[in-house]
This record gives sequence, C-alpha cells and structure tokens, in this order.
Amino acid sequence: MLSKKQARAFFLGGTLVTFLVFIGLTVYSLSMSQDQSNHENITESVVRGKKIWEENNCMGCHTILGEGAYYAPELTKVIDRLNMKYDGQGEEVIKSILMSQVPWQPNGRKMVAYSMTEQEAEDMIAFFEWIGEIDLNGFDRIVSPLAKDRINN
Amino acid sequence: MKYKSQKVAYWFFALSMLLLVLQITYGFIMGFARIGFDNLHDFIPFNTARAVHTNLLVVWLLSGFMGAAYYIIPEEAQRELVSVKLAYVQLISLAVVGVVAIVGYHFNYWEGRKFLEIPRPLDFLVVANVLLFLGLILVTLFKGKRKTTTALVLSMGLLFAALLYLPGMLPFDSQVTDSFFRWWVVHLWVEGVWELIMGGILSFLLIKLTGVDREVIEKWLYVIVGLTFLSGVLGTGHHYYYIGVNKIWLIVGGIFSALEPLAFLAMALFAVNMYRKGEKKHPNKLALYWTLGAAIVSFVGAGLLGFAHTLPQTNLYTHGTLVTAMHGHLAFWGAYGMIVLAIISYALPNLTGRKLYESTRGRAAYWLSNIGMIGMTVAFGVAGVAQVYLERKFGMDFMQVQGEISIHFVVLILCATIFTTGIILYVIDFYKHGRPNDEALELDN
Repeated sequence: MLSKKQARAFFLGGTLVTFLVFIGLTVYSLSMSQDQSNHENITESVVRGKKIWEENNCMGCHTILGEGAYYAPELTKVIDRLNMKYDGQGEEVIKSILMSQVPWQPNGRKMVAYSMTEQEAEDMIAFFEWIGEIDLNGFDRIVSPLAKDRINN
Repeated sequence: MKYKSQKVAYWFFALSMLLLVLQITYGFIMGFARIGFDNLHDFIPFNTARAVHTNLLVVWLLSGFMGAAYYIIPEEAQRELVSVKLAYVQLISLAVVGVVAIVGYHFNYWEGRKFLEIPRPLDFLVVANVLLFLGLILVTLFKGKRKTTTALVLSMGLLFAALLYLPGMLPFDSQVTDSFFRWWVVHLWVEGVWELIMGGILSFLLIKLTGVDREVIEKWLYVIVGLTFLSGVLGTGHHYYYIGVNKIWLIVGGIFSALEPLAFLAMALFAVNMYRKGEKKHPNKLALYWTLGAAIVSFVGAGLLGFAHTLPQTNLYTHGTLVTAMHGHLAFWGAYGMIVLAIISYALPNLTGRKLYESTRGRAAYWLSNIGMIGMTVAFGVAGVAQVYLERKFGMDFMQVQGEISIHFVVLILCATIFTTGIILYVIDFYKHGRPNDEALELDN
C-alpha cells in the first residue's frame, strides 16, 4: 500500500505540475492573439464607467458577464435589450434611470437612486457598449433573446 | 488545553460567533427584500446587505480558522505561542478592519468586485494583519519540538491563502481581466487552499477524537489535499467559460471540475473510515458529530451540487442564476462553516474546563441548523431551476420570472428560521461554557 512518503510526493508533485499548467494557460489565454474582448476599444470613458460600476457596487444586485448577485437583471446586452423594448431609446432610458433622484422601481423592486451627472451616465453607457461586444462563447445568446434571434437568422 | 497560550483561540472563536450572527441577520434582510418587504431600502439597500452578508462569511470563517490555528499549532509543535500579546494585537486589528469595512459598505465606501468588496486602503491593513498572524504561527512551528504533517498542511494552507489575496489587488482597465484574476483569489481560496486548512483541522480532530494512529491519518491527508489541488487548480476554468476569455477553458475547466467531487468524496470516506477504525471512545460526541458532518455535507454541497452545474453545457444556462446560490450555501456550510463549529466544539470544553460534552441543546443545535440549511438549499435550488427554464429556455423577462419564483423565498425564510434557531442554540452553548481559564490546563497526557 501507498507509503506516507509516496503520498507526500503525490501531493507536492501534483500541485507543482497543475500550478505550472495553470500559469501557462493563463499566459496563453491572456495573450494579444487570443483576445476576445476587443481590448483596443477600451476608451477612457469605458474605464471611467467601470470605476463608477465598482464604486457603487452594481454587482451587489445585477450580474454582468453572468457574475453578480442575481437580484436585478443581467446587463451584458442591456442597451440592445432596452432598444428593442423602448423603440431604439435604450440609451435614453438607461440615462434617466442612472440620473434619477428617486429610486427606480421596476415591478416594485427598488434600485438605489444614484443621481448621476450626464457625464457619469454616458461613461456607464460606454462601459455597457464595450461589454456588449465581447465574445462570450455563446453566453450572450442565452441571456439576450434578441441576440439569439439575430444570430440564428 | 495543554498550553496557556491556546487561550487566545477562545477570543477568535467568540468574534467568529458574533460575526456569524450578524451575517445571518443580513441574510434575512435580503430574503425579505426578495418577497417584497424592502422596508430598509433607504439604509440598507440590497447591494449593501449582499456585500455585508458575503464579507461577514469570509471574516467569520477566517476568524475561526485563525482561532483553530492558535489552538492547534501549540499542541502540534509542543510549545507555547511565541507571543500571546501580538496574537491579541492581531485579533483586535482583524476586528477593526472588519468593522470599518462593514460600516463603510453602508456609506458607499467599497470596491464592487463580488466577494472582494473591501476598499483598497483597507486591503493593505488586511495584508499586514495576515502577515502578523502568519509570522506568529510559522515562528512557533519553526521553534517547536516537532513538525507534524497536520501542522504543516494547515500552515501551508494559511500561507497560500495570504499569498493568493494579492492577485485580487492588481488594477485592470478591462472587466474581463479583472474578473479573471478575481477568481484567482475567490476560487483558489475556496476550492484550493481553504481545503488545505479544512484538511488540516479535520485531521487534527480525527487524531484527537478517534485515536487512530497519526501516521495513517496524515498519509491520507496528503492524498486528499493532493487530489484537491490536482482537480481544483485547473478547475478554476469553470469560472472562465463565459467571461470573455479563450474557449480552451471550456475543456480544461469541464474536465477538472468533474474531478473536484473526488477530493470531497475522499475526504468524506476518510473521515467516516477513521471514525469506524477508531477504538478510543472520546466523550466529546458533539465535536465528533460536527467533524463527520463537515466531511459528509461538504461532499454533497461542494462536491455534488458543484458538479451539478460546472459542466459547460449546463453552466451556459445556470451561470449567473440562483442555482449558484443553491450550491454556494450548502458548500460553504458543509466545508467551512461546520468544520469551524467542529473545532470550536472540540476546543471549548478544553479551554474553559467545563466538560459539557453532551447536551440536548448541543444536539438540537446540530440537527436544527443542518435541517434548516438543507431546506434553504432546496428552496434556492427549486427557485434556481425554475428561473433557468422560464428565463433562459423560454425567454421570459427577468423581472417577470422573479415574480413567479418569489414564493420559494417564503420557504427559504422559513428554513432560514430553523437554521437560525440551531445557530442561536449553538451560541448559547458557547456562552454557557464561560471564559477560558488557566485551571483548565490538562497536565496528564
């Protein structure tokens, strides 16, 4: 039967090998040639949008790229989705929600009233636009019926 | 207890209990918000409650792990801690960082990256705090009379946990890379190094409670933590399927995630077998319950329910739904919550000298909290599966689906009440044991 020494060798060896493979795969998938996120489209406005996104912990209710808190809608394709719902007025709707002085209450569920400035709201939209273009290996087709139709047709 | 300095563990456990109760309170706030009672919205909106709930989870578990280390390391190394005073400094600073972070969340002072909401300046304090803790543990171990595998695995887990906090502090402009490295912390903690910590505590408890030979237990400990890393490190890939990185992770993550339950299965079989092999009848039955419970529930919660949605084909639909919350609750409870409660149940009679090994209250605490948590898991599961079908298969609107599934949150709150009753009984038991004292020193064996 396995000795303690062999068990230790299995632990140390296995750990070392998997860590090295993990680091190798990380370098590979973050390399320029493997980019699926249109990294070149990250403007200053997108970066500011991301910062506002974090400073207000939007992920504490919403999900984006499928990550977050499942209390409020997924926002990966939010502009497209609202464009469809509000006849091309998606951006305007998002702006009015973000700039509102009173809580937005879709179906009675409250969102914090962020009272953002016009500039801040535009940065958020830039952030959502960039997110919406990322290649998500098919996930965006599932969370956005709109995108699914577009791709299938 | 065998060494006076082990007493410091008591205060880490006490902090842990306090934070657990607070965590549950915020859980209720979220549960009620989901069924339409969001009356606290102006003071504690959902995103605040959520950040507090998850961060308190991390801090109460860490406080429990640290207490466990301060209890276990002196006994394993056979010497007193190098500095008790510094251990108290570390305890107080941990409490201060925790309190400042939690209070800050109520005033929009945070960094909204799921699980890592602690704002950057406080991150540095966390690092200083953990360095101090590690220094105390490692120097004690280094100067000790013996270096056991159990102590080494536990310390290695704590050291890696500290190192892996750092990738979470790197700044990125891209949400994709940001998310990528956030998982280095979150996943590699809970499905990697924390399992080392769990394995270390588990093996210490099994040695003490079953009386099985240390050599046998420690050999299997190596095999189990080996399996954990072998599957868990590349298993990180299951978080990378749909966040905008390479498709290679669909294959790597899928295969290695499928192996992850094996490590937990091994852990459960190991604990049960050692228990059956053991001849020593340790009187502390409650500690034994919690220990075996942790090994078994972690297999179900972390192993099986995790596997239920880590294959890419399933995850495509469940990613970002309540199915994740279903798995998360039972996994954290089984793997980490229960092992912390196990070490507290074991250590408390030794620290205080009051051998309340068997009590109706203690047993009720065990069963109520477990039954309540299983009920909560089922409620989350039903809500999550319904959400997946309605929203992602049939394309219904998110908010409409939320209305349809809100009834499951009524059930969730009922089960949470049973769970909470159990936890309150546990805390009462903790309180009834009284304070640690020097007369509790075990001088015999």
